[in-house]
Amino acid sequence: MSAKSLVATPGQTIGPFFGFALPYAAGDQLVPPSRRDAVRLTGLVLDGHGQPVPDAMIEIWQADVDGHLEPRPGSLRRDGYTFTGWGRASTDNTGRYSFTTVRPGPTGEGKLAFFAMAIFARGLSNRLFTRVYLPASPYAIATDRLLGSLPRDRQRTLIATEDGNELRFDVRLQGDKETVFLAFPGDAP
Amino acid sequence: MLEKPLVDDAIEPEPPASSDLASESQARISAEIMDLRRQYSEAAAEEAQPCYDYPPYRSTILRHPTKDLHHTDPETIELTAPAFGQRDVDPLEADLTIQASGDPIGERIIVTGRVLNADGSPVVGQLVEIWQANAAGRYIHKRDQHHAPIDPSFTGVGRCLTDADGNYWFRTIKPGPYPWRNHYNAWRPAHIHFSLFGTQFISRMITQMYFPGDPLFDLDPIYQSVRDQRARARLVATYDHDVTSHEENTGYRWDIVLTGSSSTWMEPEDGE
Repeated sequence: MSAKSLVATPGQTIGPFFGFALPYAAGDQLVPPSRRDAVRLTGLVLDGHGQPVPDAMIEIWQADVDGHLEPRPGSLRRDGYTFTGWGRASTDNTGRYSFTTVRPGPTGEGKLAFFAMAIFARGLSNRLFTRVYLPASPYAIATDRLLGSLPRDRQRTLIATEDGNELRFDVRLQGDKETVFLAFPGDAP
Repeated sequence: MLEKPLVDDAIEPEPPASSDLASESQARISAEIMDLRRQYSEAAAEEAQPCYDYPPYRSTILRHPTKDLHHTDPETIELTAPAFGQRDVDPLEADLTIQASGDPIGERIIVTGRVLNADGSPVVGQLVEIWQANAAGRYIHKRDQHHAPIDPSFTGVGRCLTDADGNYWFRTIKPGPYPWRNHYNAWRPAHIHFSLFGTQFISRMITQMYFPGDPLFDLDPIYQSVRDQRARARLVATYDHDVTSHEENTGYRWDIVLTGSSSTWMEPEDGE
């Protein structure tokens, strides 16, 4: 970082009317569903009463199956072959989002694999960040820099459950099982 | 040109009543806003971002995190950002006045500015998306029930990529204010929604740009969810006569600063 440090522009809610502007065809298909190792990453976005949030937008950013990261254009007009690592889905009437993608590989020796996730919704003043970890051994969880720093019940909110080729991850904005949302150095309150 | 906008045609359930009570008065909302402002001025901490928990904006009540955000260091994936290119965005998408047949009705404006990292370096070649209401304050969205007219010549959606200096540029129509159901007689100040990517995933941001001198600022709980006056001012564009062009359009300038640095991420040697 240079000496200069500017104050970030404030975020604002995505509001209710993004549906005609931001979602796009195949935004939620990082790979075609027909791909042999395709998985479905899906879940509900829930409010403080456990009610589904039908006007949320979820974005994911991930490494490929081998843990490689190579930012490539083509997410907005997918060609069905290029893995760009990025996807966007809005929740449906039942509060469900869904992506077709592959399991991300770990980006380094001894690292746990996860999807980086950003969450936007009407009533959410600013974006939220979280991580969707793939299921891992208790030892790997305990030694992970983030997961290892959390009590067990909070850890659980960041780990997807797996059922065949489906990974399930709910986002709870409030409550007992509230998802752990992240702040990074440089974020201002 | 834009592909056909993907409107969610399904009939969405009404939001829970608790978040859209249109029975409370502006006076009550304004009193709550003033109260929170007073609390803020008495606290020593300076805020640059909006409050997630901001009850005057009723929809935040059940949707704000109740636990503190967990501070952590970013991992490799979070220090990189998705890439977009010419393949993704057509240059014509930056002109919202030519997305449909016919000229849209309203005050034609140019909105331009720079997207910067916190260290002052430009965010280069990155995606900027905007969406907005038309001149009458109406969105092309199924759930917008405002009875102002739809303009068949205006989609209200635009995209562009920042240039080598971090500049973005859009030609559009000045949006109108519109009513919403936060409380009785609630009106949003005119605004354009901006969706921004930086050089890192954790720079990702969505915000709203406002126009100078809007009389609705003090009344609007979304704008006021940013409690710091100087921070709120960062959401307001500046009229710029150098952007205004002769007999064509008026011009506004708005620079955007994202968190994150410009340090270019490199694939490790043994990566591929």
